[in-house]
Order: sequence, then structure tokens, then C-alpha cells
Amino acid sequence: MRRIGWRRQERTVKFEDEPVPGYPLPILPGHTSPGRFERVLRAGGFAVTTELAPPDSADPEEVYKRARVFDGYVDAINATDGSGANCHMSSLAVCALLTRVGYAPIMQIACRDKNRIAIQGDILGGAAMGVCNMLCLTGDGVQAGDHPQAKPVFDLDCVSLLDIARTLRDDHHFQSGRKISFAPRVFLGAAENPTGLPYAWRPQRLAKKVAAGAQFIQTQYCYDLPLLRGFMDHVEALGLFDKVYILVGVGPLRSAKTADWMRRNVPGMHVPDAIIERLSGAQDQAREGRNICIELIQSMREIRGVSGVHIMAYRQEESVAEIVDKSGILNGRPPWYPERDTTQYSHRTGS
Amino acid sequence: MYSVRLWSVRHARELNAFYRGFEAVLVRLDGLFRAIGYERIDRPTAAVEKTVKGLLFDCRMCGQCVLSSTGMSCPMNCPKTLRNGPCGGVRADGNCEVKPNMKCVWVEAYRGSERIPGGVEAMSQVQFAVDQRLQGRSSWLRVTREKVTEKCGASAGAAKSAP
Repeated sequence: MRRIGWRRQERTVKFEDEPVPGYPLPILPGHTSPGRFERVLRAGGFAVTTELAPPDSADPEEVYKRARVFDGYVDAINATDGSGANCHMSSLAVCALLTRVGYAPIMQIACRDKNRIAIQGDILGGAAMGVCNMLCLTGDGVQAGDHPQAKPVFDLDCVSLLDIARTLRDDHHFQSGRKISFAPRVFLGAAENPTGLPYAWRPQRLAKKVAAGAQFIQTQYCYDLPLLRGFMDHVEALGLFDKVYILVGVGPLRSAKTADWMRRNVPGMHVPDAIIERLSGAQDQAREGRNICIELIQSMREIRGVSGVHIMAYRQEESVAEIVDKSGILNGRPPWYPERDTTQYSHRTGS
Repeated sequence: MYSVRLWSVRHARELNAFYRGFEAVLVRLDGLFRAIGYERIDRPTAAVEKTVKGLLFDCRMCGQCVLSSTGMSCPMNCPKTLRNGPCGGVRADGNCEVKPNMKCVWVEAYRGSERIPGGVEAMSQVQFAVDQRLQGRSSWLRVTREKVTEKCGASAGAAKSAP
């Protein structure tokens, strides 16, 4: 197979066959989805994704407002599915709204709240609404969120969910064996935590997800570069660089206090002491947090096998533009956004 | 019991070897089981299984036992019932995200798998979605029937897999 990921080319990705926003792109040979996110990765671009926090509201304009913040800086937007086990607008609905105007959402599917009947229905429904990317997750436990009294479902886990989604797409049938008449054409992803225990087995867990159908990986926040490098070496040794695109998770830390709180309270989050010390020593801690994030992104870009970054900036979404700009990862390539091709870029000052 | 469960993981190698022998005996008893009727003996066998495995592994009787692939750490004790490895939320001390006083079932599983020959490879096999209908039924009998069917190939038409 073709080597991918670490041998990347930087160039403007503007497709000649750009459709009307909201309509699918033609599926290129070797691609599984009609989406631009898969195209950017397969074209060798260094992809940038981010996370949209779904509103606690039924107003569609709130979704668009939150998406517009990222215009011109990201290739795809993750719509979280009750992240942290908190109740918000559903990821399927957020994605359906985003695809209407042409954005490339990544629909997160968590196993916590739905059984296989509901999930398979959502996969078909999402694909019908133009969702091209789906991220299969297990989901946080209900104890972490605002409804700890809820019943956790976990009928599937992330790996069996990947297997079911891939079966729907490639074998055209439900898990029950019942045929579907038109398969969802989706690019399938999964999550991984390179800084989680047991370290030695994490790369094999990734291999398991690839075997079950994962085509791209978005990782948990990574603040520990040596640990990440060790993880990536192991992933390469397993021969996975040819099979999966890895986007590393990063995010700006607002202050030393927040960072310390996060590593104690956010499941699976590992922040080295050196980062906390650097933050606490800074005059403007929020700025230092963004600087750390930018430096991390620049270092990650040099790691073999890293195909992009996933920037999670919860409640500081406006900082994503600055981080992307200053880290220079797009190399002058403006990702698609509504009206990209009709406006000048002179307004881009990096917020 | 939690302490016995941890003991079982520490003795994963011996328990796995014992189970292999036990399974061979069950397979040999297939004729007898079939004479009495697999359906008829499922309930009493499941009761014994529940007692033994409940003591050793805090077994949840999912009916699709994968202990040999999980280092003798029952994955159904994971609060998310993960069957393919740990979630991303394992605490820095190796404890569970949901139950902070419990060792992560999968951190334990990895330890146990390292003790079983070929255990880590077995843990890396994809486990498909559980069949919720098998909850409460005997996993021993189901495996016995599967092994016999495997052995006899297509000719063993009578030994159908569990419903």
C-alpha cells in the first residue's frame, strides 16, 4: 500500500468538482466517502479539525454561530455526542444543520446513550443528511455528567460499533443480517489515548480499531511529547501508518489552575508537571497556554505518522484561529467554508 | 468478591490451563449432554457456572465468556462493559474512571494476559457485539457445542449452536 501521513505535500486543496454547498463531492477512487475531510487527508494535506460544543438550545442559529468561528481554519468540525455525559443538542442534528450549508462535520457517536437499533438508524440518517465522517466512541460514564441518575446503555463498545458501521457501509446489511438498499458512504474514525494506561497495549488497541474499520484516529489531549513519540514508534512498528490517518489532540490550557483541575477531573487527561510549572510562571497564563499549544502543534507536525491535529478549545473556541494561524500548519491553504471561493482572504488577521 | 477477582488475575496462567482441561472433559461428555438434552441441562449448569465463576471472577453471566482472552479479568465488570480494551479514561494510578476505588478491569486484563501464553495476542482479537439473548445462559455448554460442531465440521448437523 501507498505510504501516507508522514510524506505530506503542502498545497492548496481546491477541488475542481466543488459542488453546491450541501451536496456531496464525487467519490474518488480509493475513497469511501464523498467528503472533503477524507480528500484532504488522502491528498497528503496536514489536516486540522476542531470540536463544536453543541448548544443547550433548539435554535439552529446558535449552531451556525459556533461553526462560523472556525471559518477558514479547519477542515472538519466534530459534533460531540453528549460529551462528558452532559445533555446538549444531538450530534446528528448538529451535523444535519452543518451539512445544509456545506460544512464537513464529523459526527461523534457514543455508545453510552443508545443501543444498536438506534445507532444503526443514526448512521443511516446521518449519511442521508450528508454526513461523511463518523467517529465511533464508547463515551464517558454517566457519573461524569449532569444526569448521573441516567441509565448507561453501552450495548456496544467502540470497537463493535466500528465493526457494525463498516458492515453497513461495505456489506450493506444491519448487524441482524437484514439488507439495506443504499449503503452509508462514510469515512470512519475512532479515538485513542496515547497517554493512557496500559501504555504498552495502547498501540495494539489502535490496531484493533483499525482491524474493526477505523480509517482515521483523533486522540485525546496530548501534552507529553516523549510519550506520544513512543506511542507513534510502536504504531509504526505495527505497520499501521499505511492503514490509518492519525490526528493528535491538542488544546490551549487557560491557566495553571485549570490545567491542574483538568488533569485531576477529566478522565484520561495527562498533563506533565513541566507544563503546569510553565503556566504558573507566566504573567498572562492564557497567552502562555496558547503558546504551549502552538509549540506542541509545531513539534507534532514533525513526528512521523501524524497526519493532522484535532484542536479542542472548549469555551475558548475563538482561540483556534490564532493557534492555527501562528503555528503555520495550513501553510497558506485555506480550508473550505461557506463563501470561501467568493471572498478575499485579506480579512484574515488571525483574530 | 473483589479480592478473589484480583487473585484470579494473578493466577491467570493456572486458571487458564485448568479451564482448557475442563473444556476437554466437557467436549468428551457431549454424547451424554445430547442424550439428556442441552436445553434441559442449561439451567442447572448455568447455576453451577454462576456460583463458581461468580466467586472467582465476579461473573455477570453474559453467556459469552471471553476470560481466556482477557487475562481472567471479566470485562463485564467494567462499568461500560467494554469487551475490546480499556477506555481512554483510565486514571493515572490504573484505577477506573467510573469507580475510583476499583482497578481498571482492562489494566488487570493486560496483566493477566501477559501471564497466559498467547494471552496478549488473544486480547488483541476483535470481540464482536454481545448477543444480549445469551444473558444468564451457560457459556460452558455453548462453547462445548461450538467445539463439537467445529470438530465434526458440517457433518455434525445435530449439534447446532446455542439459540
